[in-house]
Amino acid sequence: MNLLDFARGPGLQGALAIFLFGMTWRLAGILLLRRKTDFSVARTGDWWFGAFRLIVQRSLPRREFASATGYPLALSYLFHIGLVIILFGLNQHILLLRTYTGISWSNLPSGLVNLAAAVTAAAMVALLIRRLSHPVLRLISNFDDYFSWLVAFLPVATGMLAVAHLGGRYENLLAIHILSAELLLVWFPFGKLMHASLIFLSRGTSGALLTRKGAAI
Amino acid sequence: MSTLESEHPLTLDTPRLTVKAPLQRYDKQGDLSDGQRVEQAMRHFVRDFGATAATWMEACIHCGQCADACHYYVQTGEAKYTPIWKLEPFKQAYKRESGPFAPIYRALGLKKPVTAAELESWQELIYDSCTLCGRCSLICPMGIDIARLISLARHGMAKAGLVPHELWAVAERAKREGSPLGATAKVFRERCEWLADEHNTPIHVDLPRADILVSMSSIEIMKYPDSIVATARVLNHLGLSWTFRTDGYEATNFGMLAGNADWQKDSSLKLVNAAIACGAHTLILPECGHAYGALRWQGANMYGKPLPFRVLHISEFLAEQVQNGSLRLKPLQKSVTFHDPCQVSRRGGATRAPRDVLNALGTDLHEMTPTGDVNWCCGGGGGVVTIHRADSLRYKVFQNKMRQVDDANAELLVSSCSNCRQTFDDGQAHFHWDKTMLSLLELVSDQLIDTTATTGSQGESA
Repeated sequence: MNLLDFARGPGLQGALAIFLFGMTWRLAGILLLRRKTDFSVARTGDWWFGAFRLIVQRSLPRREFASATGYPLALSYLFHIGLVIILFGLNQHILLLRTYTGISWSNLPSGLVNLAAAVTAAAMVALLIRRLSHPVLRLISNFDDYFSWLVAFLPVATGMLAVAHLGGRYENLLAIHILSAELLLVWFPFGKLMHASLIFLSRGTSGALLTRKGAAI
Repeated sequence: MSTLESEHPLTLDTPRLTVKAPLQRYDKQGDLSDGQRVEQAMRHFVRDFGATAATWMEACIHCGQCADACHYYVQTGEAKYTPIWKLEPFKQAYKRESGPFAPIYRALGLKKPVTAAELESWQELIYDSCTLCGRCSLICPMGIDIARLISLARHGMAKAGLVPHELWAVAERAKREGSPLGATAKVFRERCEWLADEHNTPIHVDLPRADILVSMSSIEIMKYPDSIVATARVLNHLGLSWTFRTDGYEATNFGMLAGNADWQKDSSLKLVNAAIACGAHTLILPECGHAYGALRWQGANMYGKPLPFRVLHISEFLAEQVQNGSLRLKPLQKSVTFHDPCQVSRRGGATRAPRDVLNALGTDLHEMTPTGDVNWCCGGGGGVVTIHRADSLRYKVFQNKMRQVDDANAELLVSSCSNCRQTFDDGQAHFHWDKTMLSLLELVSDQLIDTTATTGSQGESA
């Protein structure tokens, strides 16, 4: 079994198993904790709407905070949108998904995907520089922040090299790219990448609780 | 002139002399060992954890945006005041002791146990430099309610006996005497009698039955007693059945601010039981921000079941009376700017009420920038105003507020929180500022059309 076979076979299966187990374990570990009954009289009964509202509304900053958060937010949007374009627009990714699920859709032009990859990588590098240089971010950052950045950056970088056939045999580049994506899957439930699911839970919780009081969200 | 003098100007004409960086002082209560303090802090911090707090603890992405919403960071530029950093030992403890992957963290030694020294050094961040104003909760892209988590951290700190001394002392006095500032039941009754006589205003105390129980903040009782008169005049003007009660009059809850859940419950239940005893259908909370949070939103949970009466902040009550046309007011015809008490507006949901009242007063409202839900805290909430070593930091934060008020360019400065009011008074004296904070309630009382009159409910009055 060569590296590519391993990456496509047991590597992928193992990564998916760890991903699913870790996700389930972490979410269950949070959601199965007790919830205290709140006996106070709610100001409004629309807590579920408040949950939904905060999930949507917090995607953009309040006007008062826009100038302070505009730069990192713009970079974050750039790389998140870039990742979506790469993940769901690249022909090879769609073919892979079709192989496993039978589902497929039209790919985006390769030029656009390449541009998205370049922008994503640049935005991620800019965010890393900011994390390393901003006093607040330097203070509060830990291993998770840097390792999560690395495991998110590697699939982008190795994917770009594989597409460009740069740095070795294509099979090896592809194997390394797949393995880097598997590393991301393995790490996902254990670190801050989990925010992809926790964002809904956390925003929804605050939205519901604060709306119950009629407080600001 | 030395640079020391220009960088750390001494304020010789204020009661307390402070410099920029007071000597490190970690207050401790009790004689627990370091190990016991850590164990107590973490056990009680984790004990309060439910799914809600765990969700927030797990969600932080370390983006640091909360710093930009915090007046302490904005005014000092010091990274340690980043709100989520104030929870760092507790985050560490949560992940190591009770998070979903806690066994892995412990087995692999990925998170070190929190030490007593860490907790002591975090005392300043959890108490001195957080007013629980919740502004950071509005900026967090993950929607984490950081202020709520700081409150939980204070529970742990209180159990460990690691509360700043002054805050602990006022909370302990409130538990022992019924009031943090010496406004005992006897003092309160005597004050009401004296004020009723002095102002020729009936002030009802200890009526056996009344529709409305009114409470006071000890800051008002001791420092702003005109608020007691104003309350009585408004309620008498409305002709309502109301009373103060000496078995439940103190609305402040310094136990809550210190993080002592038992003392918090004790204070809350006095008010709850007094309201039930006189059959009140409404309990009015005074011009005090944290009192609103303590009783309106946490009171029923202290009681263990829904409260059998309504709880209103005085500004909500006044707004209600404006809306139903009962409150008849002379127009004030002045420009006013309003300082939002964080626990009533942003955290409490009653942002609109004082504005409705100011509108009824015919004022020209000059809103601050930013205002309402996003208004800046005055820097005195969360018990911070009691902590002397935090004075220099508090004054720095207060300068932000002064800028806001000056920019609003209004004739009058008004709020509906006596704790904010005393913070403004202290800041005014410190900076020789020309702005004086006024009480919304007293403003309303001064503008009542029919002030002569009515005694309100029947029965005994002071």
